Amino acid sequence: MLTKRIIPCLDIQNGRTVKGTNFVELRDAGDPVELAAIYAKEGADELVFLDITATHEGRKTLADLVRRIAQAINIPFTVGGGIASVEDVRLLLDSGADKICVNSAAFKRPALITELAAEFGSQCIVLAVDIKQNHGGYWEVYLNGGRTATGSDCKEWILEGVARGAGEILLTSMDHDGVKNGFAVDITSEVAASLSVPVIASGGGGTPAHFAEVLQRGADAALAASVFHFKEISVQSLKQYLKTCNLPIR
Amino acid sequence: MNVVVIKYNAGNVRSVQIALERMGITPEVTDDHEKIVKADRVIFPGVGEASSAMRYIKERSLDKIILSIQQPFLGICLGMQLMCTHSEENDTPCLGIFSQHVLRFNATNQGEKIPQIGWNSISELRSPLFNGITDDSFCYFVHSYRADIGSETIAVTNYCGRYSAALAKGNFYGVQFHPEKSASIGEVILKNFINLPD
Repeated sequence: MLTKRIIPCLDIQNGRTVKGTNFVELRDAGDPVELAAIYAKEGADELVFLDITATHEGRKTLADLVRRIAQAINIPFTVGGGIASVEDVRLLLDSGADKICVNSAAFKRPALITELAAEFGSQCIVLAVDIKQNHGGYWEVYLNGGRTATGSDCKEWILEGVARGAGEILLTSMDHDGVKNGFAVDITSEVAASLSVPVIASGGGGTPAHFAEVLQRGADAALAASVFHFKEISVQSLKQYLKTCNLPIR
Repeated sequence: MNVVVIKYNAGNVRSVQIALERMGITPEVTDDHEKIVKADRVIFPGVGEASSAMRYIKERSLDKIILSIQQPFLGICLGMQLMCTHSEENDTPCLGIFSQHVLRFNATNQGEKIPQIGWNSISELRSPLFNGITDDSFCYFVHSYRADIGSETIAVTNYCGRYSAALAKGNFYGVQFHPEKSASIGEVILKNFINLPD
């Protein structure tokens, strides 16, 4: 049976892992390669690395880091942050990444997804969407690490992204990110049910029960950062717990 | 041990190379006919689309080289599919090493998502490729098409019905999953392949 995936996420700044609350107040959380190797050993199903500096100068540093990660771990990993072209993606895949993750650049120029899917295949294109529930009640897409509101309903953007060839959706609720009060279960469940591609829930996982809830409600995978980095929950004990909830877990 | 990874226009060649390097093997990634024929082990990876991959292989006469190989040969993912008779993906005639046909997943009423992305179990294992691996071990899969079950099936996975997770015929082996990304289980499978008798 296909299992639900647990995905530790490492936010990278200048080659170090960092973690904030609601996208700000960054704290240092260690060496990404070291952390990655620990997570892989503990049974993480996949890893995501997001370069939150994502400057042009940082691009080469990131490729070097990706190379070191690929040499150290034997599970799939996704790399994102500031990806805006076929060349950006080729560099990261050539360095050993299995998938790449696009966000703001794809929203600003949706043809990017089409180009990447045609060149590399949908299976390695993850569309990350950062969302926040606005006063009108709908879940709005935010860009640039949560700094820019778009006025767009996330459901419309996600459908377009999948139609253009995104192979997976990484849905992060900014309202829930780093707060550890549970995932944005309702919107994640709604999006997952409407799509033919997997949805990774992100933002808010604080207890094992939070993970169980969002996976039971239709998310294909759950992603978290600080609970793993600061050793509040180990990947291993989380997966043990999820098995007792009758979820299919490796 | 001289291991060659066949270089062509499909993805994941690099990750197979890195996985072998993690195991202390330095493979040569090449499309040079002579080097492929002389290698001790040949690995044929691939993530991508069947018809463009087959076209590329034929244009460079790699199809004839592959069919002539006597030493242990391992196709991975698309590589395995191309070793079958035919793929439904853009109606592509393939290499015909395995008698299976490759068909697109047909989602059942349980609403499976396509492609299948993630860890699924392999069972009914019957090959030295799986020495030391128990039934229901998990491997990492990413694919939209899958091969039928037949006499060459050496492992079975269930997603939208049962299909061949691995095939073997003589010196030719194929796996639908990615051993290079399947944690320690995948490393055992790659080691078993390297350690097959010549």
